Amino acid sequence: MATTTLDQQTVPQQWGHRHLLDLERLTPVEIRTLLDTATLFKQATDGCRRKLTVLGGTTVVTLFFENSTRTKTSFSLAARRLGADVIDFSASSSSLSKGESFIDTAKNLEAMGIDAVVVRHVTPGTPHLLAQHLSVGVINAGDGPHEHPTQGLLDIFSIRERLGDLAGVTVGLVGDIAHSRTARSNLWGLVKLGAKVIVCGPPTLVSDRWRELGVEVSHDLDAIVPRCDVLNLLRIQFERQNTRPFPSVREYAHLYAMTRERLKRAKKDLLILAPGPINRGVEVTAEVADCPQSLILGQVANGLAVRMAVLWLTCGPRHPDSAGAAAAGSHPHARMC
Amino acid sequence: MATLLIRGGRVVDPSQDIDRIDDVLVRDGQVVSIGHAGAQPIGKADETIDAGGLIVAPGLIDMHVHLREPGREEDETIESGTRAALAGGFTSVACIPNTEPPIDTQAAVEFIHQKAARADTCNVFVVACVSRNREGKELAEIGQLVEAGAVAFSDDGAPVYDAELMRRAFEYCRMFDKPILAHEEVLELSRGGVMHEGLVSLVLGLTGMPAAAEEVMIGRDIALSEVTGGRLHAMHVSTAGGVALIREAKKRGARVTAEACPHHFTLTDESLRGFDSNFKMSPPLRTQADVEAIIEGLVDGTIDCIATDHAPHAREKKMLELDRAPFGILGLETAVGLCVTRLVATGRLGWPRLIEALSTLPAKILGINRGTLRPGAVADITLIDPHLSWRVDVQSFRSKSVNSPFDGWTLQGRAVATIVGGRVKHRLS
Repeated sequence: MATTTLDQQTVPQQWGHRHLLDLERLTPVEIRTLLDTATLFKQATDGCRRKLTVLGGTTVVTLFFENSTRTKTSFSLAARRLGADVIDFSASSSSLSKGESFIDTAKNLEAMGIDAVVVRHVTPGTPHLLAQHLSVGVINAGDGPHEHPTQGLLDIFSIRERLGDLAGVTVGLVGDIAHSRTARSNLWGLVKLGAKVIVCGPPTLVSDRWRELGVEVSHDLDAIVPRCDVLNLLRIQFERQNTRPFPSVREYAHLYAMTRERLKRAKKDLLILAPGPINRGVEVTAEVADCPQSLILGQVANGLAVRMAVLWLTCGPRHPDSAGAAAAGSHPHARMC
Repeated sequence: MATLLIRGGRVVDPSQDIDRIDDVLVRDGQVVSIGHAGAQPIGKADETIDAGGLIVAPGLIDMHVHLREPGREEDETIESGTRAALAGGFTSVACIPNTEPPIDTQAAVEFIHQKAARADTCNVFVVACVSRNREGKELAEIGQLVEAGAVAFSDDGAPVYDAELMRRAFEYCRMFDKPILAHEEVLELSRGGVMHEGLVSLVLGLTGMPAAAEEVMIGRDIALSEVTGGRLHAMHVSTAGGVALIREAKKRGARVTAEACPHHFTLTDESLRGFDSNFKMSPPLRTQADVEAIIEGLVDGTIDCIATDHAPHAREKKMLELDRAPFGILGLETAVGLCVTRLVATGRLGWPRLIEALSTLPAKILGINRGTLRPGAVADITLIDPHLSWRVDVQSFRSKSVNSPFDGWTLQGRAVATIVGGRVKHRLS
């Protein structure tokens, strides 16, 4: 699709939100719209390399209360690729360290006339609170262990690029499910698109309660490897736990690391994803991380496409009488407050 | 001699097994009689209140209130908290000693009494600390605190963590026949938690506080109470397992009583889906099964009474990210409405049992001469309109804080007059 056409386009009517807070509350149609839009932008930018002007005059703020290099860079680059101005707001250098509340900080930014906030925070629900208090678009770039919707979308985007329709595809999410926002966003997106999801790890990190959401729970990686079309290997989030959930990293790696031996028992065309940062030797060995089936670096590139899509859908021009224009500000969370 | 006649209301006084339409006569701050059976004719009084269609009950008693003074006057003061109590229909509150400094000396008890006298609102009964400075290391001077007027002992806000100290406290309090009001929580199990551990916390990625954190500690305290003969009162019971443990203990004849809070029989952990810190409290909101068990416990008497755990926090402290916001919810001004809406209007509790839970039994547990309309009793009386439908508006609260998740709710039932010592201290305009 040519850039000129994109410039004149309005946000598709299937997309009714001004925020992207989580994947749990999106419909399958909305998730497909996000993924299709990402495909569109990937093509229109020759694989995310060329610059567009569809968000010219728009200002996006990245408000990161938690350290991040890759996600923040990816969002900044995606916004610039669309012609938006980007301001990086580093929470540690701000008045937050002087005791100002995060809502006051965000309201100050809003008063400067920005259009969207990309927020990362250690506490679940913080983007949802911002969406209630601000009139600008809010995009969740990771809220504690809750959700990381653009990471979930880019993982699914990468799988869809290789396998097409996700219906019937078996995806294993392996590792620290308890503390992983990536796991939650993946889980919701995959389930909504008809994939079969298996969560796998020790019971201290993988609760049997996940079954209540319609996913399979396994504590035995060897048993599930042969059945999976995709494995998504999640990092152990040592920083989020009170006590270590297993006796030693050595024992964890013995039971749950994706090794060459385990790869031998997998389907030939098994896809391997890892949201990173990856801990080589813990959840995945170096030779598996770098094997041909690994999509790890492809994921990073697709992150740009997904984030361009999200920024455009939340900030882009709306058709005057579209559902999106009418529904602005009517996200479920806004109604709940 | 000043007389007050409350005419034609439904008089509900479980302490005398009374539930009938009748008149109540008050003279000089004391109940003279109910009805015409007494020697004196009723008819001429200095003041008459028409109570037709209203419940006339012994004054309600909230035995679990955080008045925050001294130390956190930005959240609540003795005056603002007791005004909130009057507006909610409470003629007495028991204040919990986790103030700054904690109430662990005679002087501190005296301070509360003086402040309460100056406020001239409702009665304030003082709960004092179990341990010195509420540190859980050595016993506070319990005997002297009793002399100063403390009615019970509690380190609430936190459990008495050292089991041996708790054992000594039970033993020592026996000699004064005072109960220990226990905050039941194993802290290691709930560390870092902001809500109940369950499916909702799993989905939201919020750290959970398992039901076991409460149940394990209730189990410990029942065992210590039984081994010592001391009186245990389990505060804010929130779990089905806790209710079951208390039911079994009572069957064995243990000296155990318990309270539940209106929010714990009204809301569940599903409320946290909006990430609103007004729903963050300790113990946390549990599941629908727990709500059912608490109501069942109130019905069969396993849970003796209803207390609010009124826990004010200034708006700027509560309006934070969920994990930084403090635990706590206002209770005094919504309690009657929630009890009537959730328990009486649904047919689960009759009025006599509700009044027993809100007045008769709190008075009995605390050993205070309240909770009855017997002739000669202090005339603390609450008039409740059982059908009044009203909208909760936190801006109209007497409390200094507004941390209530019930703002905007429509409730049935409200106190319309609160009478303390024969004086009408609050009337709904």
